[in-house]
Amino acid sequence: MSFKESSLREPLVEGNKSYGDVTHDITNSIFGKPTKEWYIVFGISVALLLYGMFCVTYFVYYGIGTWGSNKTVGWAWDITNFVWWIGIGHAGTLISAILLLFRQKWRTGVNRAAEAMTIFAVMCAGVFPVLHMGRVWMGFFILPYPNTRGPLWPNFVSPLLWDVFAISTYFSVSLMFWYTGLIPDIATIRDKAKKIWQQKFYGVLSFGWTGSAKHWQRHESLSLVLAGLSTPLVLSVHTIVSFDFATSVIPGWHTTIFPPYFVAGAVFSGFAMVQTLMLMTRKLLRLEEYITLSHIDSMNRIITLTGSIVGCAYLTELFTAWYSGSLYEQYAFMNRALGPYWWSYWGMMLCNVVSPQLFWSKKLRTSVFWTFFISIVVNIGMWFERFVIIVTSLHRDYLPSSWSMFSPTWVDIGFYLGTFGLFFTLYLLFAKYFPVVAVAEIKHVLKVTGNTPNREADLKQILDKEASVDAA
Amino acid sequence: MGSKKFLLGIFGDEDILLNGVPQIREKGIKIHDVFTPFPIHGLDTVMGLRESKLHIGGFIYGITGTSIALGFITWANTFDWRVNFGGKPFWALPAYIPITFELTVLCASAGMVATFMYLCRLAPGVQKHIMDLRQTDDKMVVAIEVDEHSDEASITNILKQSGAEEVNTKVIEDWYKYKLG
Repeated sequence: MSFKESSLREPLVEGNKSYGDVTHDITNSIFGKPTKEWYIVFGISVALLLYGMFCVTYFVYYGIGTWGSNKTVGWAWDITNFVWWIGIGHAGTLISAILLLFRQKWRTGVNRAAEAMTIFAVMCAGVFPVLHMGRVWMGFFILPYPNTRGPLWPNFVSPLLWDVFAISTYFSVSLMFWYTGLIPDIATIRDKAKKIWQQKFYGVLSFGWTGSAKHWQRHESLSLVLAGLSTPLVLSVHTIVSFDFATSVIPGWHTTIFPPYFVAGAVFSGFAMVQTLMLMTRKLLRLEEYITLSHIDSMNRIITLTGSIVGCAYLTELFTAWYSGSLYEQYAFMNRALGPYWWSYWGMMLCNVVSPQLFWSKKLRTSVFWTFFISIVVNIGMWFERFVIIVTSLHRDYLPSSWSMFSPTWVDIGFYLGTFGLFFTLYLLFAKYFPVVAVAEIKHVLKVTGNTPNREADLKQILDKEASVDAA
Repeated sequence: MGSKKFLLGIFGDEDILLNGVPQIREKGIKIHDVFTPFPIHGLDTVMGLRESKLHIGGFIYGITGTSIALGFITWANTFDWRVNFGGKPFWALPAYIPITFELTVLCASAGMVATFMYLCRLAPGVQKHIMDLRQTDDKMVVAIEVDEHSDEASITNILKQSGAEEVNTKVIEDWYKYKLG
């Protein structure tokens, strides 16, 4: 290896692993039968998914009136859930692209699972706007294709159309990035597999990868350029999602702070979801030596950073509303904090602003229990944030006569539960049948960041030297 | 006929491999390919491979995406079907940026991935000859093609001297059926 890392840094792979151990530890669970816990969780997920599909069918048959949205609150849970899932989908690409460019080697332990999570989260997000069209079979109208209506083109200057392009590009690029990274690892499984069906199945999916030096060279070049392209992409996606609101003239939405604030919030919630999933995955698949406390610590630092940015944004919004002198703007924020939906506002403040600050304590940051607990709290808080932005800004219209409240119907709830079913069904299938940790990438950094005998000897030398300096 | 014979030097460590490959090449032995379970930085240089030009392709695909988006939206909004939004200009460049950017990224990524797949001959269900099953697990395999004129004993010796843990022979029957590497 051409570079050396200080032995004082905590190793990213514990337990003195050889290359063979890495392959064995990560791919072993793929060849065995799923565990009982896996079947239970998978069963629940599929049940939720089926219920969600029932709700979708009911909704498509009877129409959009089956939702709780009304004339005043025209956008409610659908867009809340859409933005929430899209936000969650931001961590994967952030980890795999931005941290790759910043040469953060700890990303290797979590990037594969985070990217998978991104793709599944974007799929869940896509359900909402597509079905919100009402007549979903007319969905292709959003595409610019030569048609018999003129041809009449979609409105290229509308943020809603930008969103169509942003989300579909994000999904496609994330999928390609994820799969090209996965190909060498699938080839590893193919060559390890004993059963015929596994050799065939992974053989087809491995695209015929052999590990030739020239292929690796191109693979590296491709990964780097894709990372470079995905970095502005991931920032652009939530920026464009925020334009859906920011370019409108609704008090509480029409603010220039929205793009950075949404991006920070997205990374915040995305990392929280990565924590939730990784803590469960490392436990169930016994990957504690690959997804170490030091990984969890690093991610918690990002949660604290982005959580603080989000907190700053909330306060800035409040200040700007007051400073603007606009009565409508001021009322929108008064109504958020003290109106009928005060509980969602303070829930959001508590979950998003206060809870990540607990991670200034190293003890909590490296505690599995606290990390899991706060990751759930942050996920709830970020859902509240979107609910606050959307429903509380809309429900008290300019005309008091059209003021209304929003409450979800069973179809709204079913949609949301259904996306959980979709997300966890896909994630569980991925975790069982594919390597959740990037095998080749771990091997690539193993000699530098693994807990090898060399490293231990090195560390001992440094510590001895320090001790002798201290003694002198 | 139709069979090819390879001598495989099996290496277990990336640093030994990086030192060994130039030694093998210095002796005038042509390396068919090196198969590794993970990317090894510097291996392409010591093998004398040319730098990948894939990123240039990425740039061209990207520019194509930019032109398609800008060109098409401009054509649709200023020539084909003008829509007057409160007297605003028909050619509203700032509002074209988001879609232009997305299409640039999409074309660059999709084009590069497709080119990568094509150059490496990767596709769903493609089968290739695997030199050694451990080459995707924990061993690096230096493959050297030999025929009846080669001095196998001395090549084996050189491979061992440059750090190979073992040297195996691999005969691939009907090599033309699948891709090599």
